[in-house]
Amino acid sequence: MLLFTCPNCGPRNETEFHYGGQAHVAYPESPGELSDREWAEYLFYRENTKGLFAERWVHSAGCRKWFNMVRDTVSYEVKAVYRIGELQPETLERIASATEPEQAQPLAPAQANPTTASEGV
Amino acid sequence: MWLLEKQYFLMQKGRAEMGNTAQNTEVLALRRSPAHHLWTDFTVGSVAGERGVTLREVPFQRMVGIRVDPTSEVGTRIGELTGGLPLNSGDVTTGESGAAVLWLAPDEFLVVAPDDGEPGPSALVTSLLEALGDGAGQVIDLSSNRTTFELSGPSARAVLEKSCAADLHPRTIAAGTAITTEINKIPTVLFKSADETFQLFPRSSFADYLGRWLLDGMVEFAAEGTSWP
Repeated sequence: MLLFTCPNCGPRNETEFHYGGQAHVAYPESPGELSDREWAEYLFYRENTKGLFAERWVHSAGCRKWFNMVRDTVSYEVKAVYRIGELQPETLERIASATEPEQAQPLAPAQANPTTASEGV
Repeated sequence: MWLLEKQYFLMQKGRAEMGNTAQNTEVLALRRSPAHHLWTDFTVGSVAGERGVTLREVPFQRMVGIRVDPTSEVGTRIGELTGGLPLNSGDVTTGESGAAVLWLAPDEFLVVAPDDGEPGPSALVTSLLEALGDGAGQVIDLSSNRTTFELSGPSARAVLEKSCAADLHPRTIAAGTAITTEINKIPTVLFKSADETFQLFPRSSFADYLGRWLLDGMVEFAAEGTSWP
């Protein structure tokens, strides 16, 4: 049995949760202009990742709130849990690494510490 | 069938004549709690002693469901009646009225108060509705939604741990903490009201099943208590 950590309730049994598929599937900006094929792909086409996968879960037997989870589809290891609306940790890392070279030179090492902390999120 | 009709008739009449105490007493006498038929079994199945565990039903507790953002103005107004609204999982607040407010979700709370012996809507719901006003949220009387089982004694935790996967160790759940979880797949609100006392709130339709399930879990402690020759 797996333990999942709900962002609201803390560690609970896997059976208290329900799966909600791939996370961060954005609603099309102008759905009216999509072709039938593009609309069908938005509705039904999902990644089938081997490895780290961001997905939605709901704590249906507890707080009944949705949240996101990054899970390794091979080992079932849960890498990160974050709330709906929050950025995916991988995205945060990308943003952090993109801004790092600009900040790294003017900042003293002590001031640069928050950047390294965010990488561990 | 006759009982239901009479009960309904008296409930209506009782509501119409709230001041009539004799009428109210007659109405209240007709109430049956969801696990009433198990009360004898609970008494017989309860175990005394060092490894004892006692099970009983606490009937007709008043329960009110609240959906509101606790940090909003309406949330503050309602919080003034209930001694604040709990903000984190497990938190329970208690107001001057003695009603406990359990955290169910960031915007969902359950108020639990003892049976006040009134056949109509309780004063608690009325005052909470007034506090809600036309603000964003809900206040709903859920008294008949769930019943209350009280499992207490030195072995109470051991009985629950057989079929509840949540961590019930005192370092995680102190007295005065409540969580929403599952006991043998039955969705239950679990309120640890004292060091060795758990109040369980299953939905009424699960009362018979959960009551018998807990009785089964208590049997082994009775067997160990008997002295073998």
